[in-house]
Amino acid sequence: MKNSRREFLKLAAVSAMGIGAARLGFLGDAPAHAAGLPTVGNYEEGLKAKHWGMAVYSAKFTPERIAACRKACHDEHNVPDIAGPKEIKWFWGASYEESFPTEHGHYLSEEVEHRQFPLLCNQCETPMCVKVCPTQATFQRPDGIVMMDFHRCIGCRYCMAGCPFGARSFNFQDPRPFIKDFNPHFPTRMRGVVEKCNFCAERLAVGKLPKCVEAAEGALVFGDLSDEQSDIRKVLREHFAIRRKPDAGTSPSVYYIL
Amino acid sequence: MLEKALKGSPRYWGTLTALGMVMLLGLGFWLYQLTFGMKITGLNRDVSWGFYIAQFTYLVGVAASAVMLVLPYYFHHYKEFSKMIILGEFLAIAAVVMCLGFIVVDIGQPQRMLNVLLNPTPHSVLFWDMVVLNGYLFLNIIVGWTSLQYFKNDMTPPKWVKILAIVSVIWAFSIHTVTAFLYAGLPGRHYFLTAIMAARFLASAFCSGPAILLLLVLFLRRLTGFDPGQKAINRLAVIITYAMCVNIFFFLLEVFTSFYSNMPGHMAPLIYLFNGIDGHTMMVPFMWTAVVLGLGCLLFLIPTPVRQKTPALVTGLIMLVIASWIDKGLGLLIGGFTPNPFEEVTVYSPTIPEIMISLMIFSLGGIVLTVLWKIAIEVRVEVEGGNLSMVPPPAAE
Repeated sequence: MKNSRREFLKLAAVSAMGIGAARLGFLGDAPAHAAGLPTVGNYEEGLKAKHWGMAVYSAKFTPERIAACRKACHDEHNVPDIAGPKEIKWFWGASYEESFPTEHGHYLSEEVEHRQFPLLCNQCETPMCVKVCPTQATFQRPDGIVMMDFHRCIGCRYCMAGCPFGARSFNFQDPRPFIKDFNPHFPTRMRGVVEKCNFCAERLAVGKLPKCVEAAEGALVFGDLSDEQSDIRKVLREHFAIRRKPDAGTSPSVYYIL
Repeated sequence: MLEKALKGSPRYWGTLTALGMVMLLGLGFWLYQLTFGMKITGLNRDVSWGFYIAQFTYLVGVAASAVMLVLPYYFHHYKEFSKMIILGEFLAIAAVVMCLGFIVVDIGQPQRMLNVLLNPTPHSVLFWDMVVLNGYLFLNIIVGWTSLQYFKNDMTPPKWVKILAIVSVIWAFSIHTVTAFLYAGLPGRHYFLTAIMAARFLASAFCSGPAILLLLVLFLRRLTGFDPGQKAINRLAVIITYAMCVNIFFFLLEVFTSFYSNMPGHMAPLIYLFNGIDGHTMMVPFMWTAVVLGLGCLLFLIPTPVRQKTPALVTGLIMLVIASWIDKGLGLLIGGFTPNPFEEVTVYSPTIPEIMISLMIFSLGGIVLTVLWKIAIEVRVEVEGGNLSMVPPPAAE
């Protein structure tokens, strides 16, 4: 009896060391990965605004540039590459009719009509998805960004029914096998939860611009809509810009310069 | 009274076993869904709700069947319904159990379901739907069970039961109204975005729910000889007929608003359902079947001499149930999500696993209903001394 207990304790000690070693190995790797994450120390370096918004120079967008932005965004956020109607999209391109379905022009400028428009979550001022979410898994930050708490989402998909822009995707299956280049700075999701663009809130927190804005080489202008002196307001003052489906009443924060 | 569910004929046990087997089969498919996720359904980015939520919506209507009996009984003292009322309340219990079941199988993370309670969110209609559905379930369990208990002991139910019954009448309206509000407030879905959505839900519930109840009661009469009384049957049939007329009228109001206004977004779902868009005509045969059956059932139900003949009544009711099921159990959800907000068609059709899981929930409802109705009938047999038809026994010689 005594012997067997001693054996057990020995085994337990060895196992604990094994687990400890494994943990140490993991911690050893961690700092390299965590370098870009905000800490209490560098929180103050984060970009701040009263209401974040985006202006899109749509004429500057070729299908290639949309693809580059899409890749930058999807790689950054571990967005799985799933084909078909169950796909997951944070940033994508679409035709004029799809982008502005309430503008039924018969005689459009051919160039505009055949242009591809970059689409993403509109980060609405009065977001329907936040209103309908029964668990507050979708919520709005004071700076206007509409966020998703993947851990609180029950997967009821009411937000998908509520969003007039089709900006939300549901993980119908485990997304992890469909992630090609894993980015350890951003969590992957599990199946059964909804996800969408978050205006790179995690990058703003450490003083960086959204990834698509970086990749767009000036074709996307990001800034504080409530600051009259901001770049985005300057751009919107100088160019005529429209928003997608204003009749839905959600007041998008993304403006398209045609 | 529960012990009455434990003894029964081979037919009773056979029914329960058969339903249990279907449930087990469906359970296998549900485990499959829990393992691999919702990818086994036909749902997609554009059609984010489908067959499960459509069945939930339809069954909320069935839960209403009780109110069409309870309301005349308690508000207008229409005593003819006294024998059917308990069956209506027990059908409501089974229907609400199925509603909750369909919600559970529809969510992607069912183990997080209680988040809705842990983070009560008054601006979400789904939160209120949870409140009213569970409330209605408890009201019907308490009122139904207690009044049966008092009936068994040959006593008048206490006053609080009557008060709760009156509350349940008003509450029944809330379950339809709140369920309609789930859809009616969504700016991107034109087929749902209508002020008469709640009214349409009520009209459709008040015809289809009592129709299913009446069909089940007539079936029960054949099986056991339990007779709710011809007067009660006739009266309920009249209520169903009026509700169906209102239901069709409300639908025509939608058609007028969409097509006279000529607004593309409002016309698109109706065009998709009844004509198809871009060659996608999957829903067209279903919707026209619903039109033919929905109008056809009125030929059997409106003329009183026809309606009062049982075979004609049964035919009319079956037509009505199929028509209203296509309207709510298929058309409402699919029409709401197709075309999508960009006026493009993403075809949705339920997959076999989806249908099997739905069968699991329907079997669960069938089991709950069989057990509850068995208890109700047995209690009546005991009280009435085995005379189910309630015809006064011949005077002793």
